[in-house]
Amino acid sequence: MSTLPPTPSQTVGPFYGYALPFPGGGDIAPAGHPDTITIRGVVLDGAGQPIPDALLEIWQAGPDGDLTGRPGSMRRDPVTGGHLGRNGVDFTGFGRVPTDADGGWVVRTLPPGPHRPGATPYLSVCVFARGLLHHLFTRIYLPEHADALAADPVLGALPPERRATLLATREHDRTYRFDIRLQGGDGPHEETVFLAFP
Amino acid sequence: MSTPPTPPPGAAPSLASQREIDREIAALRQSYVDLRAGGAPERLHPDRDYLPYRSSALRHPKQPLVAIEDPEVMELTGPVFGVTDVTALDNDLTRQHAGEPLGERLTVTGRVLDRDGRPVRGQLVEIWQANAAGRYAHQRDDHPAPLDPNFTGVGRCLTDDEGRYQFTTIKPGPYPWRNHRNAWRPAHIHFSLFGTAFTQRLVTQMYFPGDPLFPYDPILQSVTDDAARQRLVATYDHDLSVPEWSLGYRWDIVLDGPAATWMEEGRL
Ligand SMILES: [Fe+2]
Repeated sequence: MSTLPPTPSQTVGPFYGYALPFPGGGDIAPAGHPDTITIRGVVLDGAGQPIPDALLEIWQAGPDGDLTGRPGSMRRDPVTGGHLGRNGVDFTGFGRVPTDADGGWVVRTLPPGPHRPGATPYLSVCVFARGLLHHLFTRIYLPEHADALAADPVLGALPPERRATLLATREHDRTYRFDIRLQGGDGPHEETVFLAFP
Repeated sequence: MSTPPTPPPGAAPSLASQREIDREIAALRQSYVDLRAGGAPERLHPDRDYLPYRSSALRHPKQPLVAIEDPEVMELTGPVFGVTDVTALDNDLTRQHAGEPLGERLTVTGRVLDRDGRPVRGQLVEIWQANAAGRYAHQRDDHPAPLDPNFTGVGRCLTDDEGRYQFTTIKPGPYPWRNHRNAWRPAHIHFSLFGTAFTQRLVTQMYFPGDPLFPYDPILQSVTDDAARQRLVATYDHDLSVPEWSLGYRWDIVLDGPAATWMEEGRL
């Protein structure tokens, strides 16, 4: 039984740039891994305009479905205090990328495996932005799992155009696109489906 | 600079006045009080749709969030950080440059707990803040207050076995922003926290007790529940103050999370 009330969220604001992003934050795949996939997209607001000051975090299982995670996403140099980058070998399952001036972001990672037998794999995404008072969770499903997503008891019950916001599209070999729209409105993009975990 | 900057002609003529923002804040607070009186649940976090904070207008979803009740989702696990990700000096923001930063030297400490009161151990805490004059070491901060060559305003640490974190820093200054005319943020330190589950993720801001800017700030006031808003304010702790050296503030943080993470550990 929970007793303590939680500390409320507040927006990440515009000035997290020195604190949260780190070099190699989007390079989740070990360096040069032949199975590496690229996922990229833009973050858009309710007017369809790109958001240049959003921050995305990715958490995912490795290709074997392993979810234990490993330290070393943001290794630091005890000599200079600077960033060392990942060690290029371990898969930590964690990525963090700020959007650029065009609202764009890119991660390079390994396709997630099922986190339990029979589960549909996905990447979990946490979205922060100036103007967003409380972060949002969504998921990236790869197109090869579209049928499994459609069969999901909760997400499969969404209208098809809403469910489609959770599906990355294949741009070309091993490169996928996943745009995030914080608010519906004009333009071709539906509002992204965001998730709550009660 | 000894005089305030003159705004360029025609700059932002449409900004609301503080009085208009105050009225909106009061109206939204009253509507929450009325909802509560009618039996509505406590609102523990800010509403994402909070008009007095103008940037929220186009950046909040209009559709309801889709509830995931599955107790075996992978979001009940989360990223892991360790001693390779943090250096021993990272929690002292006053020792990152050749000289000492200007400002009131502070110790800020507290515990990170889950909603059952259990310590969140070995997890990453990241902070960032303005300098003593209210200026961030960030290109996009054009507040005409001095930069401090001895202060970047970024720190991190891992919580210990009791869930404790500790930072040495200086007190950040309040700063102006352009949400409305004469808008000023109360002094605050930004915090980023991880729990054992990705769903416990929290980014928030810590405020200092007694700040006269509280009622005017739409970001703090976006937490419309009075008791919840008070949880964002640290406590001055004289026992934490060090004679002839620094002042102490204590701020405990409770991470929200789905009911499933409140079960025994290691269930996944
Ligand atoms: Fe700030």
